[in-house]
Amino acid sequence: MAAVTSSPSSSAAPGNGRWTPLFLAGPAALLFAALVLTPLVLTALLSFNEFEHATGRTHGFTVGHYLAVLTDEYYLEIFLRTFRVAALATAICVVIGVPEAYILSRMRNPWRSVFLLVVLAPLLVSVVVRAFGWSMLLGPEGPINAGLVALGFGRARMLYSEGTVIVALVHVMLPFMVIPVWTSLQKLDPSIEQAALSFGASRGTAIVRVVAPQILPGILSGSLIVFGLSASAFAIPGLLGGRRLKMVATIVYDQYLSDLNWPMGAAVAVLLLVANLIIMLTYHRVVEGHYRRRLG
Amino acid sequence: MSFLELRDITKTYGTLNAVSDVTLSVEKGEFVSLLGPSGCGKTTTLQMIAGFVDVTSGSIHLDGRDITRAKANTRGLGIVFQTYALFPHMTVFDNVSFGLEMQRVPKSERRARVEEALELVHLAPYAGRYPRELSGGQRQRVALARAIVIRPPVLLLDEPLSNLDAKLREAMQFELRDIQRKVGTTTVMVTHDQAEAFSISDRVVVMEAGRITQIDQPYRIYEHPQTEFISRFVGKTNLLPGTVKAVSGAYASVSLAGVPVEIDSQSGADMGGKGGALASGETVTLCIRPEKLRLTGAGQGRLPGRVSERYFLGSQWLYHVDGPLGTLMAVTPNDGSAPLDLDAPVGVDWSPSVVRVHRGAMAEAPDPALEAH
Amino acid sequence: MTRNGPVALVFHTLVVLFMLAPLAIVCLVAFTPENTLSLPTRGFSLRWFEAVFHHPDFVQSFWNSLWLALLSATLAVALAVPASLAITRWEFPGRNFLNALFLSPLIIPHLVLGVAMLRLFALVGATGSFGWLVAAHMVIVTPYVMRLLIAAIAGFDRSVEQAAYSMGASEATVFRRITLPMILPGVTGGWLIAFINSFDELTMSIFITSPSTVTLPVRMYMYATESIDPMMAAVSALIIGITVVAVLLLDRVYGLDRILVGQR
Ligand SMILES: Nc1ncnc2c1ncn2[C@@H]1O[C@H](COP(=O)(O)OP(=O)(O)O)[C@@H](O)[C@H]1O
Ligand SMILES: [Mg+2]
Repeated sequence: MAAVTSSPSSSAAPGNGRWTPLFLAGPAALLFAALVLTPLVLTALLSFNEFEHATGRTHGFTVGHYLAVLTDEYYLEIFLRTFRVAALATAICVVIGVPEAYILSRMRNPWRSVFLLVVLAPLLVSVVVRAFGWSMLLGPEGPINAGLVALGFGRARMLYSEGTVIVALVHVMLPFMVIPVWTSLQKLDPSIEQAALSFGASRGTAIVRVVAPQILPGILSGSLIVFGLSASAFAIPGLLGGRRLKMVATIVYDQYLSDLNWPMGAAVAVLLLVANLIIMLTYHRVVEGHYRRRLG
Repeated sequence: MSFLELRDITKTYGTLNAVSDVTLSVEKGEFVSLLGPSGCGKTTTLQMIAGFVDVTSGSIHLDGRDITRAKANTRGLGIVFQTYALFPHMTVFDNVSFGLEMQRVPKSERRARVEEALELVHLAPYAGRYPRELSGGQRQRVALARAIVIRPPVLLLDEPLSNLDAKLREAMQFELRDIQRKVGTTTVMVTHDQAEAFSISDRVVVMEAGRITQIDQPYRIYEHPQTEFISRFVGKTNLLPGTVKAVSGAYASVSLAGVPVEIDSQSGADMGGKGGALASGETVTLCIRPEKLRLTGAGQGRLPGRVSERYFLGSQWLYHVDGPLGTLMAVTPNDGSAPLDLDAPVGVDWSPSVVRVHRGAMAEAPDPALEAH
Repeated sequence: MTRNGPVALVFHTLVVLFMLAPLAIVCLVAFTPENTLSLPTRGFSLRWFEAVFHHPDFVQSFWNSLWLALLSATLAVALAVPASLAITRWEFPGRNFLNALFLSPLIIPHLVLGVAMLRLFALVGATGSFGWLVAAHMVIVTPYVMRLLIAAIAGFDRSVEQAAYSMGASEATVFRRITLPMILPGVTGGWLIAFINSFDELTMSIFITSPSTVTLPVRMYMYATESIDPMMAAVSALIIGITVVAVLLLDRVYGLDRILVGQR
């Protein structure tokens, strides 16, 4: 973070007015109060409202939605599936993203910049486009099935399966893994690895004993981001999971826009938000604190 | 009343007194340096004059006007920052012209004055370049041109040369003084480099831990440092703890580790305001600059000694001489004759008038010159 | 020491193929002359691009998205510049809270933001309002702008501004002539990344758009869940094209690795 350089007293020194910062940050603060804090509070309140299926009215107070979500098998299965899919996507992202970041960091320019761009830039392409791309690749008429047929294996049904959702999630999330690992590799002094090698360590030992511990915070940070984003992903399961393969995000969507049971949808959304915040805050406490201590 | 006056100014940050009771008068056209180790409050003092740091107490007067609470952009002072602070998105010409624009100087006059200022710092051919296309020394001169083009009543320089390499720094010292003489602007410069302060200032203000401890001409500061700290900070010196044994008229006898040494009994008179003649039994610290020691043939001089180290400094030789007072530093000019050999027996001599006396015991502080960076 | 072994290069090639394959197939299929999603094995055709431009829903959604992204990126920058100045340069009560609040949309799932805004919009009668949609998008793109701006302002030598003050410039002049030009790369970089994020946003928008304000990603999502024909591929190819242009611009003004990977 930046050093704060101004002293608060008002006087000869320019730009030191007491109210100036509040005046400057005021408009943005109002926007965020109106469109982040207020709606979140309203949604939390809504999740405790009763819902009348017949009329669609919401009123009163109940914890029934939370009870339903946390006990009903249907919801539990969806939560479990979401957790499983997100965890698998995260694990695959680690297995692919960490070595890839390492390989990228060992390339020479211009290749390094070019391939960094190739790996990271898909991040900026709409996720709908990418989901659509995967549905074509894995579809019954897609090139992969064409290849299988040509090799005499026959068509595989790949769409609308957990596997497809995970593959597409990995595609979407991989940059979020590469970025923090790449960043910690950048901070790593290459001469440290060279020093380890000069002491007679093998390349593998040098990586495991010297490089890996230093990029661990990057891997953890990437994993948490990938897990959080995967668990709340909407477009990928929505487009590639089909009607039967529901995940948390798609169930919220259904509750809001098909069943119109907003309080129930709100309860699931609140649980999703709380889980996300716990993950992120744990990350801040544990990982960053640990990392800072290690760096002195 | 002087042109620029600081009266008892103090700056506190929380519980830290960054600057305490600084009082200073600068005459019109004078070049004054604030000299002291890092963290002693030089920049803070300068920033209070400039108006970027609020004065906690005390007042600042410029040409008879109280500017203590005046806004920085109404003071009209010219400032050269340590980092030069050039506008990176403007050409050299636009950098120098900015201040004139703010003063609403008409365009034609502006052009002439910018060109004149660039001429003065030998940068006329570089008017169209951007700061990133200049060398360190050239940037430094743009910063100087930018500060003097507005014809400020006072020019403030914060470590203006410290980002230059040694050779360039020396050349720029003379150029800076030359330019200042030509334009005649009253100048206050901050530096931690005593050579820089001495070579270009009319007067030097030595600061220690937020306070001024001596204001004098460079020569006087060097020859008559008022505190032991100054004698250590300014140049090299031999510090010798001793006790006054006897005082008789104009002379006093001091015992240094059992070796009797004659000194001027009035020597302590101007030391740190603790005036008066020395008294018998008093603890003192004698201070002799290395170049004031003469190395003579063995058996001659006041003390015997033996050369234990020898360093070649180009124009001089620096010897470490072991003797009854421990190791003394002595400097002799490199006049072309053969230097003394290691282990050569020598005699050490000096004239009594070069000995400075500080009352009290020697402080155990580390060499302040080492802290200066 | 910067050499990668053959195993590493094979691995790297596979990763690159994996990353590019879905985008490549979209761009290829967009040129098919057939009526079904298939690779253009029998010549290239622009018929599906034509179809896009004659499909009123897609055209309208495109303009919606474009205006939405232009407006929300511009307004977000306008709010984020003073706000990041306040946060980096002043110590004031609530500073840390505001900083966290401004960055919070990065860790609140867009899905949750979507349903939360839907609730608010329903209560204040804002459903279907383009203005409120813009405000909602400002919220999700502001953190991206703030991150770049805070980095730009924090790495800023204050004495440059002091130099300008000392020459008699007013605070407004210093901001206009010195501060703003110096943080301009951060501002334009932030604007572009905000534009791209707003233009691509699906998950929040799907809850708060109405038939008249439907954005392109939402329209595509709806379309893809109902029918799949090569027109989807053509729209996708167009979006990839727009993104590539934006990415190249971004790379020119700010350096893409600096935005994606953060300050070195
Ligand atoms: N903005 C500030 N807040 C707190 N302490 C400060 C501030 N500026 C300077 N100081 C402290 O005041 C003292 C003097 O600093 P400075 O004037 O910069 O010294 P110099 O320029 O002589 O190296 C130092 O101890 C420094 O840490
Ligand atoms: Mg300083």
